[in-house]
This record gives sequence, structure tokens and C-alpha cells, in this order.
Amino acid sequence: MGAGHAHPLYLAGTSPVHRLPSEVKIVAAFLGVVCVVATPREAFAVFGGYLLLLAAVWTVARIPPGWMARRSLIEAPFVVLAVLLPFTGAEPRLEWLGLSLSEPGLLGAWNILVKGTLGVLTSLTLAATTPLRDLLLGLQRLHAPALVVTIATLMLRYIDVIAGEARRMRLARISRGHDPRFLWQVGATARGVGSLFVRSYERGERVHLAMLARGWVGEMPQLSDEATTRRHWVAGLSPVGAALALAVTGWLIT
Amino acid sequence: MADHVTAPEPTAGTLRGSAPPPSLQVCELAFAYPDGHQALFGIDLTISRGERVALLGPNGAGKTTLVLHLNGILPAGHGSVTVGGLPVAKENLREIRRRVGIVFQDPDDQLFMPSVGEDVAFGPANFGVTGGALRARVDTALATVGMSEHRDRSPLHLSGGQRRRVALATVLACEPEILVLDEPSSNLDPVARRELAEVLLGLDATMLMVTHDLPYALQLCPRSVVLDDGEVVADGPTRELLADPDLLRRHRLELPYGFTLS
Repeated sequence: MGAGHAHPLYLAGTSPVHRLPSEVKIVAAFLGVVCVVATPREAFAVFGGYLLLLAAVWTVARIPPGWMARRSLIEAPFVVLAVLLPFTGAEPRLEWLGLSLSEPGLLGAWNILVKGTLGVLTSLTLAATTPLRDLLLGLQRLHAPALVVTIATLMLRYIDVIAGEARRMRLARISRGHDPRFLWQVGATARGVGSLFVRSYERGERVHLAMLARGWVGEMPQLSDEATTRRHWVAGLSPVGAALALAVTGWLIT
Repeated sequence: MADHVTAPEPTAGTLRGSAPPPSLQVCELAFAYPDGHQALFGIDLTISRGERVALLGPNGAGKTTLVLHLNGILPAGHGSVTVGGLPVAKENLREIRRRVGIVFQDPDDQLFMPSVGEDVAFGPANFGVTGGALRARVDTALATVGMSEHRDRSPLHLSGGQRRRVALATVLACEPEILVLDEPSSNLDPVARRELAEVLLGLDATMLMVTHDLPYALQLCPRSVVLDDGEVVADGPTRELLADPDLLRRHRLELPYGFTLS
């Protein structure tokens, strides 16, 4: 973790995409994914269009495609299912390099693969251009439930505190000869997790007191007074317009 | 600290117009926890505006319980607390919490927002300050504790002393009537401890400091109150109290090794 509250999916920058208000980007990413999902799977060329559209956004945001590609590997475990489909799918089958593949299975796999990948790439684009803190502000401005925003905000702050506590407890355990590689010592680790939970719970109570003491009444106050203008929305939603045009084209050509 | 007052003035609560009401007035405060444990037995304590008072006492004396009464987190079982003339009661709770600024012992409990600036803004924003006024509050509070350049950092990346000063700033930004510090010097290295003392001495604020650190109390607070077993057992100039070895021994207080006062 670098300075501030950067996360590994964030690429610091000052491009127009970075500067857009986060709620605009959240809405744009969501609608973009909806367009992708609504496109018929046989409209192969249209999916290439989506990729070009994303590549255009990356160019504006100065995100190197390689950087994006490495992080998109997060999708890999989900691809396994898609790879199985052509072998297990229904008739009719076709022969390819001596393999008998199911035609609906191939289409199904393609459908999962291409839409999943485009969805992941869209989310990664959002994450790469928006710090976590701004994502939460965006959710708050979009009127996400106050409780969810509060929990996420506190999580953002305390996840490292709790991880630090867990690390210190582990050090204290192994300093006294604990070696969890041995099965019979796993119990100590489990008890450690239990006491970590209790400690975090107690900290939660203390944090709650500290919040009450500073006048908290159940909702995070709006701390940023930067207004989102119509220009922001038009700029942010213009790629969505292009995506919508692509989706419509997809329906027309199939 | 020009208009510093050392003598307590027990009648200040009834004064009208002439002098400001005392920053804090606690009358016959008693409290028992739901499990029946009686923590406070009739506490009387008056702190005038601008005074700096140390609250001393062994563990379990009821210091924290008393502190949680000052801003109404614990409701008084018997007796009353008034802050700047305003009684601590359910209908005044919001204003009371603005007036009583508590700096908790562990800054990780106090600093819960993702960045220093947001944390300092949290209190005043809750009390209805917005826009430019809110920014000004944050700027002033951070400048007072010398942390202006760390505004956008996460509290996680600050040292212990810096966290403590930011925790102080979060409370100063609410412009409290009385500042309550719970063990301000705990877990600080000597330099951070001195730096915090310098910040605190530079503040023009009424202060109640809960501490075990007797030299710190001597340095910062001209007056001390000793609490033991839920009762005020001594109240007077800090130097006199700390020079009384019998009093200290009776209430499990002890000066550090090599320390003598005469």
C-alpha cells in the first residue's frame, strides 16, 4: 500500500477519467456492463467494438493495456467452467483437431467468456481510475443505504488495523515455539482467530463511543461539497451512448 | 493562559450575567452499572473556564465512568452535570457533545475515517458546519497541532505521537467548551510526549486530563483532583498533592523512580 489509501487496482493519475466524479463513473460502468450483457452472443463483431471502446477509455485515462491485462487474470478461475462447456454440451457436435465439440456448448462458453471478460475489464477500468474513498463517496451520493456506506467506510479504515493486530498475535505465538505446520497446533491458530474477533468487537464498541462523542447520529456526513455538473454526466455517459449503439447494432445484425 | 483561575468557585453556577458559568459543574453524581457495581458515590467537581485540571486515581477508581458522564454517554444515576451552564440531559445531548470534547486513549479508536482531514471534519460536520466554514475549522485545528501537511494521509501511516495530535485536532475542530483527555501521554515516546505537552500548553482551553502520569499532570495542570473508589478524596494544587507521600500511598499513586517533590 502506498500513501493515502491506494489499493493495488488503482493507478494514480490526473486524466479526465480520473477527475470525473465517482458516481458518474459508477453509473457509467454499470450501464456499460448492462449493454454488454444485453448483446446477443452471435454478434461477434460487436464485442470487438466494446473492446475498442474500452481501449479508447484506457488511452484517455493513460492506462497501459498490459497493466490491465495482468489484473484481468483475476477472472481465470471463472473461465474453467466455460472451458468445460464445449465438451459437455448438447448436440449437434462438430469435429475440430480430432476433438468432438458441442456447438451450443461452444456458443455458451464464448458467451460467458466474452461477457465476463468485458465486465471484468469495465470494473477494472473503474477501479483503476477511482480511489476506494471516492468510490464510497460516489455510493453515498447515489443514495446507497447509509448503513452499507458506513460499514464500508469503517472497513476501509480498520482492515489494516485488524491485520496488524493479527500479525502481532501471530508473532507472539511463534515466539513461544508455536509452529502451525503441525496439525495438532492448529487449535492455537483457531483460538487466535476467536480472540481476534473478540478484540475487534471490543474495538468496535470503543469506536462507536468515540463516534457518539463527536455527535454521530447514524449517517456519515457529506464531507465533500464538490458539485457534480451536467457536463460531468454528459462526459461520463458518452461511452455508454456508444455502448448502447453497439448493443442495438448487435440486435439488428442477428 | 492569561486569565487562568486556580481557585474553584462553587457558587459560579448561580451567577447571572456577571461571569460566565463554570465550564463544568458536577453535583453529587452517583452511578451504578447495571450489574450492581457502584462506580461513583456522590462526586462534586467544579472547573472554571480556562482551568487545567488533572484527574488522578488508581485503576478502577471510576475515572473513565466519570468521563463518560460528562457528555451523556452514561446517564447519571443520581445528581447532575452541567457544561457551560447547560445541563446534561437527553434533549441537550447534541449541544453537550459539541461542548465536551473527549480525546480517547487509543487514537485508533478515535480516528475512524480514511484520511486525517476527513476525520477532523467528521465532528463539526455532524454539528452542522458545512462548506468553507468546515474547511476553515479543519485548517485551524490541524495547524494548531502542527499536522497541516498530513491532511490527506491515512491515520494508519502516522506515528503514535502524530496520531495523538490528530485525535486532539478532531476534538478541537468542534470548538469545545471543555477538553477531556484520557491518558494523553500513554504509549508516547519522550519526544512525542513533550511535543504534545507543548501543543496542550499553547491551547487556550478548559481542560480535564485523566492520567496516571504524575509528572505530566504537574507540568500541565496547576490543579489536581484525586478520585478513589468513586469519591473525590483530594482536590488542590498539583504540586502540594504530589508532595504528600501519605496521600499518594493511600490511593495507589506513585511518582516515578528518582522523582521527589518538596
